[in-house]
Amino acid sequence: MLEIKNKILILLIILFGFSGFGSTQVFAEELRVAVASNFYPTMKKIIDLYELKKTNSNNSHKVILISGSSGKHFAQIINGAPFDIFFSADEEKPRLLEKQGKVEPDSRFTYAKGKLVLWSPRNDFVDSSGEILKQDDFKFLAIANPKIAPYGKSAEETLKSLKLWKKMQKKIVRGENIAQTFQFVRSGNAQLGFVAYSQIIGSDNIIDGSFWEIPESIYTPINQQAVLLKASNAGKDFLSFIQSDESLSIILKSGYALP
Amino acid sequence: MIECNLNIRLGNFMLDTNFSIPDKGITVIFGASGSGKTTLLRTIAGLEKTVSGFLKIGDEVWQDGVDFVPPHQRSVGYVFQEQGLFNHLDVRGNLDYGIKRSSAIEEVFRDSILNLLDIKPLFNRAIEELSGGEKQRVSIARALLIKPNILLMDEPLSSLDLKRKEEILPYLDALHDELDIPLIYVTHSPDEVSRLADYLILIDNGKVIGSGKIEDMLTRFDLPISHGVGATSIIEANIVGRDENYELMHLDFSGEIFVVADNRSAIGQTIRLRISARDVSLTKERQSNTSILNIFKAVVDDVVPEGKSQVMIRLKIKDSIILSCITLKSAEMLNIKIGSKVYAQIKSVALLS
Amino acid sequence: MLNEVDLNAILVTIKLATISTLILLLIGTPIAWWLSKTKFKFKAVFEAIIALPLVLPPTVLGFYLLITLGSNGPVGKFLESIGGSSLAFTFSGLVIGSVIYSMPFVVQPLQNSFSSIGRRPLEIAATLGASPIDRFFTVAVPLARSGFITAGVLGFAHTVGEFGVVLMIGGNIPGETGVISIAIYDHVEAMEYGQAHWLAGGLLILSFLMLMMVYIFNRRFSIMRNSD
Repeated sequence: MLEIKNKILILLIILFGFSGFGSTQVFAEELRVAVASNFYPTMKKIIDLYELKKTNSNNSHKVILISGSSGKHFAQIINGAPFDIFFSADEEKPRLLEKQGKVEPDSRFTYAKGKLVLWSPRNDFVDSSGEILKQDDFKFLAIANPKIAPYGKSAEETLKSLKLWKKMQKKIVRGENIAQTFQFVRSGNAQLGFVAYSQIIGSDNIIDGSFWEIPESIYTPINQQAVLLKASNAGKDFLSFIQSDESLSIILKSGYALP
Repeated sequence: MIECNLNIRLGNFMLDTNFSIPDKGITVIFGASGSGKTTLLRTIAGLEKTVSGFLKIGDEVWQDGVDFVPPHQRSVGYVFQEQGLFNHLDVRGNLDYGIKRSSAIEEVFRDSILNLLDIKPLFNRAIEELSGGEKQRVSIARALLIKPNILLMDEPLSSLDLKRKEEILPYLDALHDELDIPLIYVTHSPDEVSRLADYLILIDNGKVIGSGKIEDMLTRFDLPISHGVGATSIIEANIVGRDENYELMHLDFSGEIFVVADNRSAIGQTIRLRISARDVSLTKERQSNTSILNIFKAVVDDVVPEGKSQVMIRLKIKDSIILSCITLKSAEMLNIKIGSKVYAQIKSVALLS
Repeated sequence: MLNEVDLNAILVTIKLATISTLILLLIGTPIAWWLSKTKFKFKAVFEAIIALPLVLPPTVLGFYLLITLGSNGPVGKFLESIGGSSLAFTFSGLVIGSVIYSMPFVVQPLQNSFSSIGRRPLEIAATLGASPIDRFFTVAVPLARSGFITAGVLGFAHTVGEFGVVLMIGGNIPGETGVISIAIYDHVEAMEYGQAHWLAGGLLILSFLMLMMVYIFNRRFSIMRNSD
């Protein structure tokens, strides 16, 4: 027979295994929302407001927010992740999901538009028409990886339309996402970079440093789209709130353009 | 002359030594396991650093409490008890390792060492293929090939079985005859002591309790070595004649003649004889009509009790000294005391080398 | 199949792993030797420092490296003051990161190997006239051969697999700091699963082969093996 030691070990394994199963309590209506990292802070504010309203009207909802890169979320959804709603940083991934039949019909929409800026934490460094790029008076220019981040793609488009893309190759450092790109510039390791307006606007609407807001005509709009993955009343309810005036006001204040 | 005045501290172990030894011949350091003999040898080689004291070999001072000559700058040859060869080199590689790092050695000298120890047939063998005895021979050869000023051997035979020991002893004997540098040989085997030692240092529990010529040391009553069933004495004798009819040889010591079985050695050769104290009986008058051939006139030099029922007697036969162990009763019957004139009857003797 | 970005990534990765491994063998050997021989009371402190990369998430290391080596950090500022430039986003910065990150994988096998030699062979060499440096090269190194092989292979393989550190301080500059692990990540992010498979699969096979080599050479291998 088994020694005491082994029996205890087996018992512990079973306990831990089961505790894994039982840990998440299921609420009456629980919503799992996967959101692109760059929109996460804004989404939190929206959800706070949403839950406040719901509490007042007797519907107990819990919105569980999962932040991450859209690419990661996409791969997980394809492989069966239990999300109810997916807020992507681009439109390509929601489109692909729709094509593959993974979403509720007609549920894809643009929830916010990203605004691209060229920014440096130093005052008087970036002029308001981006001449600094032509002057070439810096060591590193940070952009998000155009292959995987829509802000990066737009940065590439901007540089190409200014005929500076080839010239800048040696100076460009790529962040894997817009957050890392911002961090490169913030820390001074890259002297300036193409980041999101939503990242540089403070809660008091004051912007540190200097920036150039790139005219929308130069780059493909950054339409951030969302899709409903599982039909549910809670889901529909939340999505309509996202498009309400209160929500749009928060989105605008956070530095996005309205869809 | 080798002067050694060392205080060794290794963990809990302490060894204080103060002795000088001749710079020729074999000096054996003898003691029980754990008494400190290996530590002493390693210290002489410079392998133990927690040592203070004075060590002088010939004209070279190897340490004096202030300066310390590291082992690679001391002219020593060292033969380890076991694991004494490089496993990553073959025999030739092992031998070359030392040669490469010593000053030029004459071809003649190298050849003589290799022949003395029969190394040439082993040249290209890997170390794992060698027997215990062969390994030790290679170790000794390697140590000698660098022409050290002193050769140190740490119980070279104790990891060998009887057969391998027998194999290698003749080589040690040959070494004894041919070597012109001092050899310090550590062992706990009384056999090896009597066979090889010219000079003896006794160690007990971290202290040197006596040092001197082997013949003297073995017969000193203040040392434990001259008591008990192992008590022996040693005599060096020359072969002066043969008795072909009876296969006997005649050996001369101090003018007296010893008769022993012929071992085919050449006339003129020196042979070491070991005589166990128990094999020496005494008579007041010379016996005739006895089977014992070796009877000598002797004078009693000293008498001490040996246990409850025996006595140990030191006898002088001309210049040579031997021990005799008889019962107390016999000693009283024969009125044995210092100065007594007796005849020593030696029943059997061991021929060493 | 593999495009130009991927081929660049492979080249940079090989360059990075080779240079880092060579540097590690150069500085790791004396460190491992010292650790195996010393009776210093606080030896454990040094051993723990060297072993840190074994347990720290690579992003922690990368984060602190970025702070130290970047323009605002002590090293970066110093370099800039003497006319050089900060090490963030440079190949040299990656080399430094890799050397720190893979150090235990090189030092520990070497240390174990040196320890298992014991004192005897070195004492023999000393009595035969070999100085300490001579003994090291002619006795310790040959006897520790399998340790060197293990250390080299592990250091190389570990650097090839590096992600967190490079992510933090690399900047993904093609031909300069773009390595295989980042390329795989990018392919997955961009939903180019086919290309991800090519690179990832290749890396998997290569790593497996390298590790197998280590086990073949060294039967009693274990990273945390106690010295005898």
